[in-house]
Amino acid sequence: MANMTRDAHPTLEVEGLTKQFRGLVAVDEVTFQVNGNTVHGLIGPNGAGKTTVFNMISGVLPATAGSIRLLSEPLDELPTWERTKRGVARTFQNIRMFGDMSVIENVITGMHSRLKSNLGSILIRQGNFRKEETEAEAMAREQLAFVGLEQAADRRAGDLSYGDQRRLEIARALASQPKIVLLDEPAAGMNPAETHALIPLLQRLRDDRGLTLLIVEHDMHLVMSLCDRITVINFGKKIAEGTPGEVREHPAVIEAYLGHKVDDKKSTAPVSKVTS
Amino acid sequence: MLQQQLVNGFVLGATYALFALGFTMMFGVLGVINLTYGVYFALGAFAALWAAKAIGLSVWLALPFGAIFAGCIAIVIDTLLLTRLRRAKAPELSSLMVTIGATLFLYTGLSVVYGTEIRRFPLDFAPSAAFEIVGVRVVATQALIVVAALLMAAGLIWIVRGTKIGLAVRAVAENPDAAALMGVNGGLVTHLVSFMSGALGGAAGVLIGLNFNAIQPFMGENMMLRGFAVIIIGGLGDLRGALIAGFLLGIIEVLTAGYFASAAKDLIAFALLVLTLWVRPVGLFGRAAAKRA
Amino acid sequence: MLDSFSDIYWTYQNIIHGIAVNGILGLSVYVVLSIGQLALGQAAFMGIGAYFGAIATTKLGLPFPIALLVSVLTPAAVAFAIGAPTLRLTGVYLAISMLGLGEISRLLFLNWEYAGGALGLSGIPERGGVFLLYFVLIVLILAFFFVGRSRIGRAMEAMREDETAAGVMGVNVPRYKLAALVVSAMLAGLAGCLSAHVSSFIGPNEYGFEMATTILSFALLGGIGTPLGPVVGAAILTLLPEVLRFLADYRLMINGAIIVIAVLFMPRGLLSWRMKRTV
Repeated sequence: MANMTRDAHPTLEVEGLTKQFRGLVAVDEVTFQVNGNTVHGLIGPNGAGKTTVFNMISGVLPATAGSIRLLSEPLDELPTWERTKRGVARTFQNIRMFGDMSVIENVITGMHSRLKSNLGSILIRQGNFRKEETEAEAMAREQLAFVGLEQAADRRAGDLSYGDQRRLEIARALASQPKIVLLDEPAAGMNPAETHALIPLLQRLRDDRGLTLLIVEHDMHLVMSLCDRITVINFGKKIAEGTPGEVREHPAVIEAYLGHKVDDKKSTAPVSKVTS
Repeated sequence: MLQQQLVNGFVLGATYALFALGFTMMFGVLGVINLTYGVYFALGAFAALWAAKAIGLSVWLALPFGAIFAGCIAIVIDTLLLTRLRRAKAPELSSLMVTIGATLFLYTGLSVVYGTEIRRFPLDFAPSAAFEIVGVRVVATQALIVVAALLMAAGLIWIVRGTKIGLAVRAVAENPDAAALMGVNGGLVTHLVSFMSGALGGAAGVLIGLNFNAIQPFMGENMMLRGFAVIIIGGLGDLRGALIAGFLLGIIEVLTAGYFASAAKDLIAFALLVLTLWVRPVGLFGRAAAKRA
Repeated sequence: MLDSFSDIYWTYQNIIHGIAVNGILGLSVYVVLSIGQLALGQAAFMGIGAYFGAIATTKLGLPFPIALLVSVLTPAAVAFAIGAPTLRLTGVYLAISMLGLGEISRLLFLNWEYAGGALGLSGIPERGGVFLLYFVLIVLILAFFFVGRSRIGRAMEAMREDETAAGVMGVNVPRYKLAALVVSAMLAGLAGCLSAHVSSFIGPNEYGFEMATTILSFALLGGIGTPLGPVVGAAILTLLPEVLRFLADYRLMINGAIIVIAVLFMPRGLLSWRMKRTV
């Protein structure tokens, strides 16, 4: 098993991240790094605190303690829109689509932080505004083509199938030209065939677009075949970290998922797919 | 004289507190700013007036009559308009809009039926004695108002904090879905809360009508500003807050009228509201309702 | 032919003015509703604009353009002062503050002797006229369509659908909320000033709760899919009382009923189109 060397300048650094709700410590001093141009998985049993970590990184939830740095710049205290401007994009577990808007309008909305038009240029000197809008539309079509949705560009987003809405969410996240994409259970609600089709798309994000991905997922097949590195969380604490091979055999991980200690003879058995 | 002002302020504050209690409870449990609340206020007063004139009831019976009448109307309005929106999980602003429409409809209806001139309770409606305590002149109606308000407030707080049904009410206020899963009959709780809120508003209407000796269809509208100020200052949904802030506002208003200009007394409520928003938006006892965008 | 046209104008000039003024008010309420906030302060802002603009021309003898400027900037300042602290709170706080503002401004005008007190302000010079009114309305509608098809329009629709997701898209939600409030206040103030200078008289009771709900009903009736919705709603609700003159006493009851019916049964209003958000 090749050991991934730690990047001297990781894309995302999470240090001592903690979230406390009135008496319940949901996330407890979690620390990990995500290296550039890799797919990093965040896994753990239900209720382990993974989505809470996500929400703190993207700024939807304020952290109780700890720090988050994107390319060495601190993100703490910044609201979500500032983080998006700095390069953090995310998708949601329950797909928060703008249902009334068309598919392509959704993607162009994702570019909000990169466009420059303001009231002045929209109403007065329109030349720049029109130019920017035309370029934006072209870029949006590009993203749609990348995820395979260019035919559906003018359809109402709420009318798309579940799997297509997921792809749209990814296209929308790409539109903000992010430095890191946080994917919150991208395979949630998908059948095995759809999940299987998702893997190459996510690989292309890393290989063709050079992006960095942080994925929360329950689907072990996807996690094991896609991720370069995995961090495992249980009861809000990090319990293991490493390559898929290392994590698969880690006793603490097996215990967390299967609920009992496994002796050495059985330790090479792969962790089976855990359904949510 | 200061003591006199304080007494007057205390009396006024009692009515504000009563009014705000029902208003804030409606918000805290049902999650809606119900603007028809002002109509319950007026309806209570008018119902008591009718009872006094048509059946000759005096305040002891007319007050509960007005309160119960207003409470029943509150249940009807909630069932007709708000339940449907709650079931559809409509945004709370939709409920607010619907109550605006209903308010407009009902106020105007009331003024079409009754006309807009000011009416009074008949002379024998309430005891007219007056007495002196520690050099301060207290009229019997004032004492009655304070006692009635405190009794109703105490009754409400006892119900909410000390009974099983009160526990159900608080459960629904915290988390309606979880409460339903626990077996709480959400519909019953909603009806109960509507009734209690409406009754409190109606009672406040009778008492204010008695205090100022003036009843007219739009009286609730004027009160609403005080209501807003009190529930924001006290904290949205908090009963203690409504009680304390109500008394405070009453006292401050009377003192302002006495020592500054009497026109300023209307402004003070709004000024305090804006001040609260600037300094401590959640109010005295409000839970942090702030949300990150 | 020309005679009969000016005859019609003189007979119905109140309605003709009213449609334009209410159209501008409809746009004012549209700005706030289209980001998913409730608009209840329009009447108060209109009153502030009307009074301060009228005082500028009547009492201070200032030229009309200055009055227009005052009538736009004063409500903007008030909107900023009240709106800024409520940004981080749920929409209920803003709604309550706006209702409170309506009440308080009514009381202020009622007691302000310099501005005529209970008798109102009369003798306002005639300025502007019907052509200015419709010119402003049309320019505003065009502006709204341009903005609606831009990044700003998309951000606003995104906020209406899902505020959190809009933030994740990069939309500075509090800033947009405040901007929408201030812009709507400016438009309402403008409408107030224009209206005051074609009706020669304004009174303190014109800008209260009833007015606020009437303005809201323009948008509820017409729908907020496009800026035209509230304008059409305003036109209908301005004409209706004339057509149904016998129902004059019940006008407010009808407004109230419209609001209830619209919210419960016609959430999209009459014009349920949706604006395209790309150029």
